[in-house]
Amino acid sequence: MTQELTQNRITDLFAQKSERLLSIYFTAGFPNLNDTLSILRSLQAAGVDFVEIGMPYSDPVADGEIIQQSNGKALENGMSLKTLFAQLEGFREERSSDPVRMPVLLMGYINPVLQFGVENFCRKCQEVGVDGVIIPDLPLDLYLSDYAATFREYGIINVNLITPQTSESRIRKIDEESDGFIYMVSSASITGSTKGVSDSMRDYFERIQAMNLRNPHLIGFGIKDHQTFDTASQYSNGAFIGTAFIRHLTENGTSAESIREFVQSIRA
Amino acid sequence: MQTTLEPQTSFEVSDKGFYGHFGGAFIPEMLYPNVEELRQNYLNIIADPEFQAEFWQLLEDYVGRPTPLFLAKRLSEQVGATVYLKREDLCHTGAHKVNNTIGQILVAQRLGKKRIVAETGAGQHGVATATVCALMGLECIVYMGSIDMERQKPNVDRMRMLGATVVPATSGSQTLKDATNEAMRHWINNPVDTHYIIGSVVGPHPYPDMVARFQSVISEEIKKQLLAKTGRENPDYVVACVGGGSNAAGAFFHYLHEPSVRLVAAEAAGQGVTSGHSAATTALGKPGVLHGSRTILMQTEDGQVIEPYSISAGLDYPGIGPLHAYLFDSGRGDFYAITDDDALQAGFQLSKLEGIIPALESAHALAALSKMNLKPEDVVVVCLSGRGDKDLATYSKHL
Repeated sequence: MTQELTQNRITDLFAQKSERLLSIYFTAGFPNLNDTLSILRSLQAAGVDFVEIGMPYSDPVADGEIIQQSNGKALENGMSLKTLFAQLEGFREERSSDPVRMPVLLMGYINPVLQFGVENFCRKCQEVGVDGVIIPDLPLDLYLSDYAATFREYGIINVNLITPQTSESRIRKIDEESDGFIYMVSSASITGSTKGVSDSMRDYFERIQAMNLRNPHLIGFGIKDHQTFDTASQYSNGAFIGTAFIRHLTENGTSAESIREFVQSIRA
Repeated sequence: MQTTLEPQTSFEVSDKGFYGHFGGAFIPEMLYPNVEELRQNYLNIIADPEFQAEFWQLLEDYVGRPTPLFLAKRLSEQVGATVYLKREDLCHTGAHKVNNTIGQILVAQRLGKKRIVAETGAGQHGVATATVCALMGLECIVYMGSIDMERQKPNVDRMRMLGATVVPATSGSQTLKDATNEAMRHWINNPVDTHYIIGSVVGPHPYPDMVARFQSVISEEIKKQLLAKTGRENPDYVVACVGGGSNAAGAFFHYLHEPSVRLVAAEAAGQGVTSGHSAATTALGKPGVLHGSRTILMQTEDGQVIEPYSISAGLDYPGIGPLHAYLFDSGRGDFYAITDDDALQAGFQLSKLEGIIPALESAHALAALSKMNLKPEDVVVVCLSGRGDKDLATYSKHL
């Protein structure tokens, strides 16, 4: 059952690299419907380790204003799961001029996935070469009871979240049930928090570090620049950046040059 | 492991929070500790004799319960059956919503919460929440769609007078759905000291069950009152409007397992079910997940939520509570789609026949009476969920 998972690009990446991993989030279909592949390639060229592509949704309750607006714009542009999978068709193929080799995850909410059909969704992910998903409103127990078997059949990793309020016993359970890595939400917040890294967050980071989890863990929510990336990387295997990148795309456009500058400013 | 997709025959919520295929707790991990804290404690808190004493005392002395069950003679003649009105419009604050907010604020206190956040559509739940927060001295933040703030201005002023902070929800359709999104975001940002008082039988488990239990006082009283008046506990029909469905859940609750009582739900068809300006969820929706539960949902083929429309801000919601989704799916409930025009006419009719101006939401329930093929011997109880003062601006346009 886990045979496919051993060949997953996510697990391969963590086998090779365990420090200062950087993942960037962008919303499929934003700012323009057909930007998906060029943003993906520019991020790979800029040296990010992996990418989360947002599946836009009308009611993204875990997201702040910036990502909400990018979701709204993407839907206005006509983005859908069907369109996204069509855009991703062939993006892994070596004979294409610029194949994407880094792990790619889809991130979004459960309802569009349910309407697409969970099995159909997993099959399409496998076909095009998506490695995993992050679906914040698909909680662990429902995932395990209803969907885990299907995800595993198609070799798709489902990434679970933990937060400062998650109990130790639940973190242990999540660690036990996770493949790939754990998404560590930095603070009690929706995305795009401007709280920075506080002492209580450091306490939480240290508490998780001391648990010696089985899975690598990366920190997201509120990571926006070199300083916050650096801090997150001291306590974990790396970090996720979303809102700051969406803001960068809005203000500076989608050119490869501008995307490289953004990634360099984070790594610095 | 048993999946949540197994069939079910009871109308009570399952251990995992499901009614048939509907319900559950589809929430981000950020909300898990709050919702789990509530799930583990709500039944024990509610069962505690000290809680029960305080709850019932407040319902009696503060809310003004029991509310009357009124035989509407002139309406009965018009309709051709015996129609009783359950007068929830006579509750303090003018609607049934306060039954739930009294219950939830007592739960919040026992969980040690210091702040309350709520969403509101027509403003009735917001007012009911601001009211109990004033009563208990807790901080209150209410999210309300900016469009709803305009069309229900008197309720915005009432909330502010009661000391609540009213925050406009400016995303999406700027109505109830978006106010609910904003309230959930607020709760994610303030997970430890804040309780979210959801105003309807929607949201993640245990909210639909908890809210239904607090509203179940409606059918508990109907049973006693109908027995005293007619010698029978069970009417032939119980009729209520359904937006999220809290007054309907309360009016149906003690009749769920009485198959001789037909449960009738009136949904808002807006300008017509197929007009593209409607909130008739069961007519237009498919199974989907919104605000933490699997329910029937108005959505596109791609699973994006469709913006609903109704003349009544309290019914302007693209989903229904999971209990109602199950009543529809199992055939236990009869669902009628009532247009804006039908509701307005029913509102004017009740005003003239009985001297009672109903809320536009409740007017949808009244409008269902003429569609039900009632027989002269039928006994019908309509839940008159709220009073119409808040809707005068809308009614007056059609005088």
